[in-house]
Amino acid sequence: MAQVTQLIHDYLRHNKKFPHVYCAGCGHGIVLGSLIRSVHSLGYSKDEVVLVAGIGCSGRMAVYVDFNTVHTTHGRALTFATGIKMANPNLKVIVVMGDGDAMSIGGNHLIHAARRNIGLTALVLNNNIYGMTGGQASPTSPEGTISATSPFGQLESSFDIVEMAMASGASYVARGTVLHANMLDSLISEALEKPGFNLVEILTPCHTQYGRKNKFKTVVDMYQWYKKNTAKLERYRQLAPEEQAKFTPIGVFRDEMRPGLEVKYATLRNKLQEQPNA
Amino acid sequence: MPKQHELDRFEIRLSGTGGQGILTLGKIMGQVLALDHGFYCTQTQSYGPEARGGASRADLVISSHRISYPKPVNLDMLVALSQEACNLYFRNLKPSGFLLVDTSLVTQTPSNIFWGLPFTKMARDKIGMPQATNIICLGALSHFLPFMNFANVKKALATVLPAKILDVNIKALTLGHSQAKKLYPDATDKWTFFSPTTMESEQ
Amino acid sequence: MATKKRKRKEIFALGNEAVVEGALLAGCSFYAGYPITPSTEIAEVMSARLPFVKDGVFIQMEDEIASMGAIIGASLAGRKTMTATSGPGFSLMQENLGYACMTEVPLVVVNVMRGGPSTGLPTSPAQGDVQQARWGCHGDHPIIVLSASDVQECLEMTVVAFNFAEKYRTPVILLLDEITAHTREKISIPEPEDFEILARVTPAMPPEWYVSYEETMRGVPALPPLGSGYRFHVTGLTHDQNGFPTSKPDEVKALMHRQFRKIDQFFYDIQLFDEVSCEDAEVVVVAYGCVARSAELAVHMARERGVKAGLLKLKTLFPFPKTAVQALARQCKALIVPELNMGQISREVKRVNNGLTHIITNNRVDGQIITPSEIFKNIMQA
Repeated sequence: MAQVTQLIHDYLRHNKKFPHVYCAGCGHGIVLGSLIRSVHSLGYSKDEVVLVAGIGCSGRMAVYVDFNTVHTTHGRALTFATGIKMANPNLKVIVVMGDGDAMSIGGNHLIHAARRNIGLTALVLNNNIYGMTGGQASPTSPEGTISATSPFGQLESSFDIVEMAMASGASYVARGTVLHANMLDSLISEALEKPGFNLVEILTPCHTQYGRKNKFKTVVDMYQWYKKNTAKLERYRQLAPEEQAKFTPIGVFRDEMRPGLEVKYATLRNKLQEQPNA
Repeated sequence: MPKQHELDRFEIRLSGTGGQGILTLGKIMGQVLALDHGFYCTQTQSYGPEARGGASRADLVISSHRISYPKPVNLDMLVALSQEACNLYFRNLKPSGFLLVDTSLVTQTPSNIFWGLPFTKMARDKIGMPQATNIICLGALSHFLPFMNFANVKKALATVLPAKILDVNIKALTLGHSQAKKLYPDATDKWTFFSPTTMESEQ
Repeated sequence: MATKKRKRKEIFALGNEAVVEGALLAGCSFYAGYPITPSTEIAEVMSARLPFVKDGVFIQMEDEIASMGAIIGASLAGRKTMTATSGPGFSLMQENLGYACMTEVPLVVVNVMRGGPSTGLPTSPAQGDVQQARWGCHGDHPIIVLSASDVQECLEMTVVAFNFAEKYRTPVILLLDEITAHTREKISIPEPEDFEILARVTPAMPPEWYVSYEETMRGVPALPPLGSGYRFHVTGLTHDQNGFPTSKPDEVKALMHRQFRKIDQFFYDIQLFDEVSCEDAEVVVVAYGCVARSAELAVHMARERGVKAGLLKLKTLFPFPKTAVQALARQCKALIVPELNMGQISREVKRVNNGLTHIITNNRVDGQIITPSEIFKNIMQA
């Protein structure tokens, strides 16, 4: 444990903006730890990693970690990241977004980043709620959710981030939870090494804004829920349909090796510039 | 070396229907006059959905001096390749200006004084390609406009058009030029190249 | 294309094409955009040209919001970047444009104005985005807004726009109109050595000494490209000198004041304008964009009739060239401000005029250009 803590401290801007904004029991710190372990295990230098974040609790992650960090506007993180990656394909560009960021205000950007298969790793931290603004319903709030803007229960159905990313053409799509930390480490490391657009949805609890209003007495109950109600994809696929309805599958949903747009564009450019009349 | 003319805002409007190649004609003419003849030249156009079907036009202002206002004020010449365009724009032609029409499409001219050649019919019958209408017209214009040299236009075509369709267009250009010369041998003598800026009508 | 082989580097080009020539001359290697009339030719020509530029990138984004995000990202990665749009798209860009102002990211936005508001008159000229270019994004911010009135100027002002963006670390808006963008004219393409091409200041100190938003004499902090070893934080939140979010009043004030100071103190460098026969003028037309060309002919016509008329053609719209306008306001009996809106620059002229002389406005919002004869009448009646 001491080793893990030491490692994380190597990557934090410890003399800067601490204490952090995260509530007790928040899963965002676990994601940050997992991201740091993944980057470390892959041997990336801090200089080659660019962390691009949106707005919200997840967006604050960019302040704490000692990479090149860009804290963008709400929902637009992927567009900034697209520009960075196309301008300098050697950079490892990681985009951290919340569920509101990625699926609501930035939904169109997510669809198109996936479609054009730009070489980014998108981490979508899904806590089913707008946390920072005080607990309003998000596009991933399950039907019936009690929130600050759905005091009588959410009527709309929720988005499935994984299905959406796959339908849009992302080359690597996975889902993990902050409870399954070791699995999360391997999902993030795997995603970072894949070409093209990679997306990892990470279920992370927000007890302060979501749990308290939706029958989770303590934050531990929320982690218990993840334990009881998620199923590894291999197991999930063997379940009967009525059983499947009780579980959220986690694991790797798609794993293709397709070159990213930045690689394809460089190839085209090289080809054109090699022509004799160019 | 062709005779150099001193021009002060010579304004010409090329008009017709969308699809007749009016904009291409304007662009080629502008390029020839600006780059090969060394004139100042501004070319503007009606732009947008109306450019695809419906009335279409390209305007050129040609001058030996720097051009301030880029659009025509008072036309020195109107080229009308459709009846509609002829009706619409004739009022912008100054009294001393000249009208050139496609006689295969413009049957009622607003004035008895005009130059006319059946461009569309020539394209269809002599060239076998209706799309060559605008280039035949360009050939004719290189006769009617004494400051636009036929040889230069011919040379410029080679740089503008793809090699595949160059030969047929050179043929069209030559046809337009020679027909115009045959029908209106003394057309070029009619011009007086000075134009005090009178402002009665404007578009 | 065909004109490439000519000895003189002269081409017969659209205003929009000239913008591309200027951008490439200035070192632009990254374009992100979304098609919109009447700016589309800029994107089209860029898509054909940039793959032939060293490390050049063209990307068509999903909307104007994304275009703006992409060019900010690319600029942070060290590129000279631009996008082009028209009114509706420009409105969509405002949020991220504000981000670029706050984080001081150099970039160029070309807005080919058309009739508005909303979808308006997509193919007609207008100058309705002047105040939007100045005040479009929320919050108080400095910004540079330029304009061009003919095709050669489209090229030159694009180069100037890139130079200002890099020199002052700020977004620069180049306002064109449908007529300027869609007029074809002969332009001569300067050689790279004919122009001074500026690049942003990058840090000279070792990374551990680098302070990303340092208070300097010039007010313009150094900007290293992402990934060059200078790890720093970029945020749209109000930040301290180290780039980290702050809400301390003294730090917030220092940031805001420096951002204004870096533009204000170079006012005379940024204020660009042309004067035509203004020396003895008694009536001066203040105009910009395509209307300046109508005004030039009108002034010529008035001079032929013995009226002492002049033209002040504004190339910089913001910071507003107040000293140029005030000098002429003191000299003449009337300033005429014709423009294709309900009075967006005339309100600036009136502000700096402050009672010095008589101001005559001529506003047209019907999708037609103001003709030379209209301005001529203004001059004769003044």
